Amino acid sequence: MSVIKSSSFHTHTHTNLSLFQVLNNFWQFIQRTPCCAEVPAWWVQLHAFSVQGLFGKNSEQLTNSSSGLELEGSVRGRRVESPTDNTEELWLLHSNIDAIDKRFVGPLGTIIIKCKDFRIIQLDIPGMEECLNIASSIEALSTLDSITLMYPFFYRPMFEVIEDGWHSFLPEQEFELYSSTISEWRLSYVNKEFSVCPSYPPAVIVPKAIDDDALRKVATFRHGGRFPVLSYYHKKNGMVIMRSGQPLTGTNGRRCKEDEKLINATLRAGKRGYIIDTRPLNIAQQARAKGGGFEQEAHYPQWRRIHKSIDRYHILQESLIKLVESCNDQTQNMDRWLSKLEASNWLTHIKEILTTACLAAQCLDREGASILIHGTEGTDSTLQVTSLAQIILEPRSRTIRGFEALIEREWLQAGHPFQQRCAQSAYCNSKQKWESPVFLLFLDCVWQILRQFPCSFEFNENFLIMLFEHAYASQFGTFLGNNESERCKLKLQQKTMSLWSWVNRPSELSKFTNPLFEANNLVIWPSVAPQSLQLWEGIFLRWNRSSKYLDEAYEEMVNIIEYNKELQAKVNLLRRQLAELETEDGVQESP
Amino acid sequence: MEHIRTTKVEQVKLLDRFSTSNKSLTGTLYLTATHLLFIDAHQKETWILHHHIASVEKLALTTSGCPLVIQCKNFRTVHFIVPRERDCHDIYNSLLQLSKQAKYEDLYAFSYNPKQNDAERLRGWELIDLAEEYKRMGVPNSNWQLSDANREYKICETYPRELYVPRIASKPIIVGSSKFRSKGRFPVLSYYHQSKEAAICRCSQPLSGFSARCLEDEHLLQAISKANPANRYMYVMDTRPRLNAMANRAAGKGYENEDNYSNIRFQFVGIENIHVMRSSLQKLLEVNGTKGLSVNDFYSGLESSGWLRHIKAVMDAAIFLAKAIAAESASVLVHCSDGWDRTSQVCSLGSLLLDPYYRTIRGFMVLIEKDWISFGHKFSERCGHLDGDPKEVSPVFTQFLECVWHLTEQFPQAFEFNEAFLLQIHEHIHSCQFGNFIGNCQKEREELKLKEKTYSLWPFLLDDQKKYLNPLYSSQSQKSAVLEPNTVSFNFKFWRNMYHQFDRTLHPRQSVFNIIMNMNEQNKQLEKDIKDLESITAVSGDRPGGQAESTLTTLGQSDATRPTSC
Repeated sequence: MSVIKSSSFHTHTHTNLSLFQVLNNFWQFIQRTPCCAEVPAWWVQLHAFSVQGLFGKNSEQLTNSSSGLELEGSVRGRRVESPTDNTEELWLLHSNIDAIDKRFVGPLGTIIIKCKDFRIIQLDIPGMEECLNIASSIEALSTLDSITLMYPFFYRPMFEVIEDGWHSFLPEQEFELYSSTISEWRLSYVNKEFSVCPSYPPAVIVPKAIDDDALRKVATFRHGGRFPVLSYYHKKNGMVIMRSGQPLTGTNGRRCKEDEKLINATLRAGKRGYIIDTRPLNIAQQARAKGGGFEQEAHYPQWRRIHKSIDRYHILQESLIKLVESCNDQTQNMDRWLSKLEASNWLTHIKEILTTACLAAQCLDREGASILIHGTEGTDSTLQVTSLAQIILEPRSRTIRGFEALIEREWLQAGHPFQQRCAQSAYCNSKQKWESPVFLLFLDCVWQILRQFPCSFEFNENFLIMLFEHAYASQFGTFLGNNESERCKLKLQQKTMSLWSWVNRPSELSKFTNPLFEANNLVIWPSVAPQSLQLWEGIFLRWNRSSKYLDEAYEEMVNIIEYNKELQAKVNLLRRQLAELETEDGVQESP
Repeated sequence: MEHIRTTKVEQVKLLDRFSTSNKSLTGTLYLTATHLLFIDAHQKETWILHHHIASVEKLALTTSGCPLVIQCKNFRTVHFIVPRERDCHDIYNSLLQLSKQAKYEDLYAFSYNPKQNDAERLRGWELIDLAEEYKRMGVPNSNWQLSDANREYKICETYPRELYVPRIASKPIIVGSSKFRSKGRFPVLSYYHQSKEAAICRCSQPLSGFSARCLEDEHLLQAISKANPANRYMYVMDTRPRLNAMANRAAGKGYENEDNYSNIRFQFVGIENIHVMRSSLQKLLEVNGTKGLSVNDFYSGLESSGWLRHIKAVMDAAIFLAKAIAAESASVLVHCSDGWDRTSQVCSLGSLLLDPYYRTIRGFMVLIEKDWISFGHKFSERCGHLDGDPKEVSPVFTQFLECVWHLTEQFPQAFEFNEAFLLQIHEHIHSCQFGNFIGNCQKEREELKLKEKTYSLWPFLLDDQKKYLNPLYSSQSQKSAVLEPNTVSFNFKFWRNMYHQFDRTLHPRQSVFNIIMNMNEQNKQLEKDIKDLESITAVSGDRPGGQAESTLTTLGQSDATRPTSC
């Protein structure tokens, strides 16, 4: 790789305490060992040396950061620790780097690496030239233009693939799960060539009564060709959630008979449905000027339209930037912390999204009505709502497998543009319109529900954190590309490894399994009151505080649960033995 | 009973204050001598003790009836709709009378009868013995002794009879010092750290004005520093904001002048006074009571109430205290104005950080008895037990409990007790069901003959211990450890389970804590079962099957025959 200007350099083992005490992790480059020649250029490899002294007497914090590393290491590649020379290595994927800052004080250069997972790493490097070289290498490597140069295309797994994740959640299989119950729906391949809707997958579920020609017509009437498709079928009462792009009514109120027919086909006789527009009414009205719009009552008399206001794009990105900035400032007083937390609006977004999801779930479950959800494109807030409504309504989506299927179906195949949205994270200065933490907000909402129903999910918080990390930087191909069409062109299935291939192995799954899980077949209604919502510390304070005591408590909890299982098994065994002995006695005595 | 005009009203609606769908329960409202009771159509009972009522408000008449809003000291808010205005008015007036008693003797504790005899009641009162506690700490010893100066409450009415002071502090010094301290509350021992040989002492502010001195007081402080062989320097912590302390000088009070006292390091820590705390809580509750509250209003309300800032200030002060002792082996003298509010908070919380004993169920009771009850935290005034000066009411003790809760959040395995224990104690400082928190100081409690006429709370909590055990408690891992909490702002969170204790819709629908607690209990039972089963199978399994039963019978027989053969 020509971009690497300096591959080996040395620093003094000097620890700078004054600058970034807020960081849990403070690493110094000491050297790049010769063996690193075989290391591909997609990693920053850091050796930490003599890490003690960073937090003075608070060595727990440090121990913790090391254990945090262990997880990181096993996720990301490898971590080598040799107890003899007191060095540790930290491997950091280039694509995880969100921004880098350089600073010089005399001959001492400092590079501050800010990661997409919100971690900040500071490197002190003596020698200005060397420092500049490293900085520019990292910069170049972390902003590759071409997707095909990214690490997933070069990554070779060091584990045995038991099940190829690329084939774990095919639309056909998903439809199969429903097919016994839904006779009014069919799988359509109208988009086989991605020609009808570039952001849809080749196979979509639509009302049986509507043929492919009609679908093509409807596609011309919906933003991005995103005609209404089935998102969720509520087995309890046969009601459905559909999603689409906005109707292209424009200023002169264009209508499309096929569109009306399509969505009416989902209604039972005499029943009304709800259209949830994730935009406020005035925004939806403004959209008409640009050719968009919303469903007119006159043309959709059987539907009641409800407007909500879920923000999008840069508003969310700015919210994230403010929140992370505030979480990283450990010196601020209480008033400032609370006012910055408020000003970030992050929890307001969470509340709004959850409220809308609850509304959708309520329409379905309580009102017994079908719904259609869209915003503008139908690739962001729409997906947040449809997927969260399923978390609330559908017990299967709260299992590991079911949640993976949900992400596959409602995010990846539904065409959420991961490549664009997750290009940068909280530290970037580029402010591109398409960068937005839509998926992270969704995960945060799931976490909020998980906290309120801690026994109803098969997965734990770590599972959500893992998904967040991989959405932004990964050795796997799953979150590359913006939709199925792009993924096909990139030949991801052939050239990269699926995240699910790695996750769905027993050794990994055990880390993500919630020990408290007990299948709960009920609909779970979360509280959305501000008092019930919380900052997701596992994500936002992850690198800023020690979780030693919390981790220990969690371990203790797991121990209690395991012990309970052990004891129960033993009691059962003993009871059986006793029963056997007694019957033996009986047999011997009866003759 | 003469206050009760209507004892029963039917068709009353109970509104859920946070439900978005305006749900309500219809039922019957009863008024008893001690409680207000609502029984809904599902026979679910809601009991509200009259003493818990902080305010009753009658709102404007609506089409469905007359709304009555009751706010309780345990942060329960109930919103009734009474169909007839007349009934509502009667209940309103009755509750006004019943919730504010003029005399101690009218409080619930004096009529509460849990069916115990006198001996049992007395044993209950003897459960927590402070003399034992001082012994546990290691006093008296060569440096500290029990002083009889206040045996008859002559020097200080609001202190207990038994006080520990430096051995070298003579009675004239103590008397002299007490005259130089507000309300006579001279420096005495609150906690003795055996291995560091350092002490936490407490007092009230000196009557120093702008320049007054008192040699005896200076001597007493010197005696305290001399009683610590490990470090001659001692800290004097004035827990008030500097400005408040300075303003006090004009009234002839004030703070210690470092120049007049040898070997002291003087430090302000800036905890606000009872009035600021009262209005802070008021604001917090106003914000949280809002229906359809937005996230932004919640956080800006949380910020402007200043509540968490005050909690952090108390915590920071306690950490300062604990560090002085743990890291420097220095003794610390803590005071505020009168030395019964902020001083109690800081001394007790500091001791809790230092000594794992106070993190056990019994130890926590001892801590409250010592630093709060015996040293004269004015529970009756602060909790408004009687119809008195509303300006004396302040959530000082609630703040202490909240600080402890924050510690349990940061150190989930360090406490033997759980959140329910804290909530239960909070419930009873206001309930006046037990005698412990009635009155403002020990002298007053003796005069009220509380030990003869009322019951102590602690044995009842101990009997119910199972409910209050923390299943994750590990007596090993943090046994001797000094807790070093991190007080970075984001570690302080709104305590929903306290301030919305009764608003069930706001809470998680499944509690990890309860599940683990039950599982822990179940594990104990299973262990026992296994032992029993093993002993049976061992006996049966040792021999060939045919003889198993006969073995058991023989065992049984021998057992049965033993008494006669002996």
